[in-house]
Amino acid sequence: MSGSRRVTLVFSVLLAGCLSASVLLLRRLDQARTDATLEEVLYISSPKALKRLSLGYDGLLADIYWTRAVQYFGSKHHAGARRYDLLAPLLEITTALDPHLLVAYEYGANFLAPKAPGGAGMPERAIELEEFGIHNNPNEWRLYYNEGFIRYMELKDYAGASEVFARGARVPNAHPFLAILAGKMAEHAGDQQMARMMWSTTYQTTKDNNVRANAAAHLRALQVDEDVANLEALTGRYQQQTGRFPASFSELEAAGLLRGTPRDPFGHTYQLMPDGRVEVRTPDDFPFIQKGTPPGYVPPLAPKFLPAD
Amino acid sequence: MRARIAHIASNTFREAVRDRVLYNLIVFALLMSGASILVGQISINIERLVVINLGLTAVSLFGMVIAIFIGIGLVSKEIEKRTLYTVLSRPVRRWEFIVGKFFGLAGTLVVNTFFMAIGVFAALLYVSHSFQKPDAWVLVALYFIILQFLIITALTLFFSSFSSPLLSAVFAFSLFVIGSFAEDLRGFAGITQGVTRWLATGAAYLVPNFSALNVISSVAHSNPVSGQLILYNSAYALVYATVAISGAVLVFEHRNLK
Repeated sequence: MSGSRRVTLVFSVLLAGCLSASVLLLRRLDQARTDATLEEVLYISSPKALKRLSLGYDGLLADIYWTRAVQYFGSKHHAGARRYDLLAPLLEITTALDPHLLVAYEYGANFLAPKAPGGAGMPERAIELEEFGIHNNPNEWRLYYNEGFIRYMELKDYAGASEVFARGARVPNAHPFLAILAGKMAEHAGDQQMARMMWSTTYQTTKDNNVRANAAAHLRALQVDEDVANLEALTGRYQQQTGRFPASFSELEAAGLLRGTPRDPFGHTYQLMPDGRVEVRTPDDFPFIQKGTPPGYVPPLAPKFLPAD
Repeated sequence: MRARIAHIASNTFREAVRDRVLYNLIVFALLMSGASILVGQISINIERLVVINLGLTAVSLFGMVIAIFIGIGLVSKEIEKRTLYTVLSRPVRRWEFIVGKFFGLAGTLVVNTFFMAIGVFAALLYVSHSFQKPDAWVLVALYFIILQFLIITALTLFFSSFSSPLLSAVFAFSLFVIGSFAEDLRGFAGITQGVTRWLATGAAYLVPNFSALNVISSVAHSNPVSGQLILYNSAYALVYATVAISGAVLVFEHRNLK
């Protein structure tokens, strides 16, 4: 083998070996400094200072901070975290750098508002974020809708939600549903009915598959909660009439209290328990249900989202 | 072989230290360290923070500029002045020439960093009146900066082995900027799907990861640096520099110099 060929071979092997080793080392480095990039956010937590330091490239920096916010929330959410301390500063920096980055308000507020583990449990910060968005983008009806949604869902602030929906309804090209929601809020319509209306609106108006899947999961959970409450009321009535709980749904049918075997939104039959309680067969498929779970049921750390339809 | 590489390295070092631009850049870096004292004084209780942040940033940026602007001429100047032919006509292999050039410039940068670091520590001593225990982490940050220089030197040498000096500088500087956002790039790859995911992941692992080597903000806040990070960063810089040097050797070995 000539000298040149030997050099080529040796350095080719060295190049390939070291390239593979560098990938492995990068993975080790990632493990050694989990969240390091995000922790550094707090070193310059002033959005105004960052805007000045960006030397006019604030749009690009906003995109980078938004990506960091998504990664931070995603990784924490996946791990079932109950604290999201850096989420609000990340979102505030993102929107200060680019006040017209609508996606940061729309999704960011939905990351911030719900209680853990679904979100950061910071509805007030989410409302502040939406208000900042509305101030900078007064013609975006979705921002009003999001804020009203959070006020109603997380804070049960009917008056506040009604006022925000009414403001949003006056925006040119606003979804006509905003005016209806403003009216319903003012009337303090029943929680179940209102919640269904809100999630249905979200399901119908969003363009994002993840948001639609989330809305679908909430709608299914509302359906299950309603079904279980109705079925347990029937088993209670049966017990009052006969002195015992029904052994099966067919006994309820025979007593004329029920028509057909009840099924959950996925088509599985509900389970009737000996003490008259009603349970779903696959509680993990219904991440937001309040009723119908076995006693002592612990939901998975990260909610399981199924396809929207 | 070792003697030949050492000889080329020492010649490269001597040639580099004769360059006046080098001294101007070091003086600028020292001035920035000095200016950090003034900047710290017009704020409240952040003198030490500003001295470390501004001082180490100056060392890093000016070192990068030195590495790129001296690195791009290492091969092209030798071809331009026709001294390369004299060197290669002797019993010097092409790969020895490249490796020797790398060690020569790396040595220059280590010496430069030493002098610029004296400036940072002098400014630190001026504002704090005495050294504190957390100041030892500044040394680790400086060590990481030297590791960055090794990577960028190897990359510059790689680009200059097949490209013009101007393009080599553009490529090296672009990689420095991209590498500073390497973790964001990997994060982006993580949230994409399909072909984009493969391409983004490949690019993310191919570009040098300078973000893991930047602990300036962390040490400015007196945060310790883990031994694990020092170990992995050292190994990574060594391995990545070897990749770039191997690439440079492979290109240069087959380059037609006639």
